[in-house]
Amino acid sequence: MPQTKPDGITPSQTVGPYFAYGLTPGGKYDWNDAFNNSLVTPDTSGERIRVEGTVFDGDGVPVPDCMLEIWQADAQGRFSDPQDKRALPNTSFKGFGRIGTDAKGHYAFDTIKPGGVPDPDGKPQAPHIVLAVYARGMLLHLYSRIYFDGEAANAADPVLALVPADRRATLIATRQPSSGNAVYRFDVHLQGDKETVFFDV
Amino acid sequence: MTLVYPVQSLAAHPPRLSPAYKSTVKRSPSKPLIPMRHTLSELTGPVYGHETVRASDHDLTVHGKGEPIGERIIVHGHVLDEDGRGVPNTLVELWQANSCGRYVHVVDQHPAPLDPNFTGAGRTQSDAQGYYRFITIKPGAYPWGNHHNAWRPAHIHFSVFGHSFVSRLVTQMYFPGDPLFPFDPIFNSVTDEKARNRMISSFDLENTKPDWALCYRFNIVLRGRNATPMENS
Repeated sequence: MPQTKPDGITPSQTVGPYFAYGLTPGGKYDWNDAFNNSLVTPDTSGERIRVEGTVFDGDGVPVPDCMLEIWQADAQGRFSDPQDKRALPNTSFKGFGRIGTDAKGHYAFDTIKPGGVPDPDGKPQAPHIVLAVYARGMLLHLYSRIYFDGEAANAADPVLALVPADRRATLIATRQPSSGNAVYRFDVHLQGDKETVFFDV
Repeated sequence: MTLVYPVQSLAAHPPRLSPAYKSTVKRSPSKPLIPMRHTLSELTGPVYGHETVRASDHDLTVHGKGEPIGERIIVHGHVLDEDGRGVPNTLVELWQANSCGRYVHVVDQHPAPLDPNFTGAGRTQSDAQGYYRFITIKPGAYPWGNHHNAWRPAHIHFSVFGHSFVSRLVTQMYFPGDPLFPFDPIFNSVTDEKARNRMISSFDLENTKPDWALCYRFNIVLRGRNATPMENS
């Protein structure tokens, strides 16, 4: 073990355009996915949902070399992490997903609707999924949150309350007409008039 | 619970808008980011490793039918937090070009040969002390379209999680003494020289394997959990 305290953290660098080979092979290469865009297994409890959308740059052009990661609580609002002391052992739900956008900048995650998670004061937050966005041209990934429309809890959510009212809609996935599982649309705008709210964490 | 990951650590990161790296111009937010207190969503993170990492995944030289072409190297080090504590059992993923500077990627059009015995992707899990080790091939420099006569210094991409979603880091490891450093806007996007130098591995003669491979040490330093705990009052 090094004995000296480092003089700071290692800086971030872009994933570049070629991350797919190492991080999101998606069956295109002779390399197994460590993760993919499906977070559910047959024994996962909770409401099945799909979250999908497109990532756009400042010119409104879809971003085909973008990677998205999500992290979320289970349907009871617990994280699959020993740091969440409320977590139940042996839960099958891992809560993490990763996908690269396709040639049209599109992505989709199959997951479950998360339960509520407490804020630092123990008060409930509205159901949300956290999102990290990586791409060529991004030296440091961006952090955002996906909330769900039609949730009464959104009105009292302490994080949404930090966001200017006219920008809150960029954080709320909109329910789409669908015959099966619920589908929510969440587009990511890296820049511009419709710019998604990103958080400094 | 309170904010336990120091935000001042983030000053080491490059600004998202770094115009010398042209692709940042349309891909960085134009509005200020909104600061927030960390909740369980930020303070927890994915715990992966045992079930996804195979024993040979750390050795990028053994997955073809023969030996890959190039200079075999060992890359090892510790995943640490900024207080010097090892980060145990965390997934470390890497990807890189081959010795000719070519990626196994469908859109890489650099006219350099692909190596049928080298794919350039690997992963491992840090041990209980945060130590990790890879065996690979030294990547080559390659041209890119950012500016006239633009070449990336040789580098290996690293992805690590650490203790939580806010310690998540994707970075690039560089090699000491690379003559391309002064000309690379991605490397130089990190404006502080000390911070920039933390991305450069050190030649590690002591751990070089005689008659077999040179060795480079690269410590990956993540934000320090609990570095500045504050009371809720």
